[in-house]
Amino acid sequence: MTPAELRRIANRIRRRDVQAVFEAGAGHIGGEMSVIDLLTCLYFHELSVDPADPLDPERDRLILSKGHTALALYIVLSEKGFIPKQEISTFLGHRSRLNGHPNRVYVPGVETNTGPLGHGLPVGVGMAKAAKLDRRSWRTFVITGDGEMQEGSNWEAIMTAAQFRLDNLTLIIDHNRLQQGASLADTNELAPFAPKLAAFGWHVEEIDGHDPAGICRAVSRATGTPDKPKCIVAHTNKGHGISFMSDNVAWHHKVPNVEQYEQAMAELAEAAE
Amino acid sequence: MNAPFDAAQLHDCRDAFVATLEALAEANKHIVAVCNDSVGSSKLVGFRDRFPDRLINVGIAEQNMVGVGAGLANGGKVPYVCAASPFLTGRALEQIKADVAYSRTNVKLVGISSGMAYGELGATHHSIEDFAWIRALPNVPVIAPADRVETAAAVTWAAQHVGGCFLRLSRMGVPDLFPADHVFELGKANLLRDGGDVTIIANGVLAHRAVMAATLLASQGVSARVLNMASVRPMDAQAIQSAARDTGAILTCEEHTIFGGLGSAVAEVVVDSCPVPMTRLGVPGVFAHTGAANQLLDDFGMSPEAIASSATTLMKRKA
Ligand SMILES: Cc1ncc(C[n+]2csc(CCOP(=O)(O)OP(=O)(O)O)c2C)c(N)n1
Ligand SMILES: [Mg+2]
Repeated sequence: MTPAELRRIANRIRRRDVQAVFEAGAGHIGGEMSVIDLLTCLYFHELSVDPADPLDPERDRLILSKGHTALALYIVLSEKGFIPKQEISTFLGHRSRLNGHPNRVYVPGVETNTGPLGHGLPVGVGMAKAAKLDRRSWRTFVITGDGEMQEGSNWEAIMTAAQFRLDNLTLIIDHNRLQQGASLADTNELAPFAPKLAAFGWHVEEIDGHDPAGICRAVSRATGTPDKPKCIVAHTNKGHGISFMSDNVAWHHKVPNVEQYEQAMAELAEAAE
Repeated sequence: MNAPFDAAQLHDCRDAFVATLEALAEANKHIVAVCNDSVGSSKLVGFRDRFPDRLINVGIAEQNMVGVGAGLANGGKVPYVCAASPFLTGRALEQIKADVAYSRTNVKLVGISSGMAYGELGATHHSIEDFAWIRALPNVPVIAPADRVETAAAVTWAAQHVGGCFLRLSRMGVPDLFPADHVFELGKANLLRDGGDVTIIANGVLAHRAVMAATLLASQGVSARVLNMASVRPMDAQAIQSAARDTGAILTCEEHTIFGGLGSAVAEVVVDSCPVPMTRLGVPGVFAHTGAANQLLDDFGMSPEAIASSATTLMKRKA
């Protein structure tokens, strides 16, 4: 798929996301806008996954470790045909399977249940190790938040992945520089990520996380180092695509009012043209 | 039954928690708050503004957070370690066991938005195992206040208690049950309503539902005793024994799995010393479906009507 096509899909997903947050009255809109380009490029360009056979043993695995942005994943899965598009309107509704954090037991395409931060990468290491044990070629991708990287479990997994030479594992850090209550710089600064991962023995790429061409290049098999797990530090903006949300920590889980909703949708519609 | 009361009568106990904590911190410079990024969700913005260097935000790192709390206590501080209850108790359980309970450190663990307060966010964000987990540990009293008055009283009690404790707070609005001058006593049940036919024991956000159930029962000619059991450990065994003797049947209600929580703790006393028929209401050992917090309580048979009807059914089993 071309970068222009990916951009168009991502824009459509952003609009559906903003609408669903507005209608449900809850959601993590900032982190969703931040991660949507990454998810779109992975699902529409790179991943080998089949909605008709969501548990195909040979499929690629994607873990959205920053599970609070589940809505973005649900919309991508609906665009791919894993769940019906009209089901997005049940988000957070009574007895809906689309709750605030993804659940693999009920939602096809979800690989593991996330929500508590710092769970995705260890599970991803296990997946990648299983593929190695069986000499299979499927790949594992894990997307974490940058604030999420403060959880110690990630660094235990980073250590293990290097030791196991998991070059079939890709960690993508959604590096929007903000966490829930403040910037990373004002909480526990982890930037720069690249030298830290490199010090643990990982292959590291730094990209603009909103540029489809750059994302597709970085996630492809073409980049990497044999025997090294790959980390992509994706420089992103929380709230990307909506002027008043972009880079604004207040929008971690704020819900737009009517005027804000209309402005956000108008800006996204304009960007689509 | 989605809104048991007018919104104006409902209070978020987190507000009472932070107001009390700020007042205590004003008087005792050793009181500090420790948190994991979620300054807003723990309502600690005001504390941070008043005592900037005493709000210790360790980032999104709960195991670290509890360990840091234990170290602060060792250094003479009185840390209130605050985080969403699932991450405080679940993620850092071994730190709570080794660094707080076993090491007997003076750490006040404050579980925010416990139970199913984060209804729609799903089971990862529900904390309906925390009574069981923390109750299994020596040296850490487990306390679930029922309203803003009892919350403030428990936070005050914790400051003078030498040792660890776990305060299980909600974010769900609850009406006032206690008079403003209420004093919290560890291990002491409170009689919210007297009665002779059956006893309902509850705590936390279930206490007012239990009172409403008793009112419904009264209209049906059933006299129900209601005990508020904020202390899940230590338990008020005497109040349970009296309830068994006087009413002959005990119903428990909790915003927790029925395995290992309040109902189990009451049943331990009943089995050991005063066997009578019991029913335990709570989450029946499942991960909850999607729903708003009050909706989930209703779905699990804990609307006032359903509590009352469980009480009537239970009474039929009385000897
Ligand atoms: C173990 C755990 N602690 C705390 C939280 C509450 N929480 C949800 S999102 C969030 C901030 C995440 O920041 P980041 O990883 O940077 O994500 P993004 O900026 O992409 O939204 C926090 C603290 C949680 N979900 N899990
Ligand atoms: Mg971030």
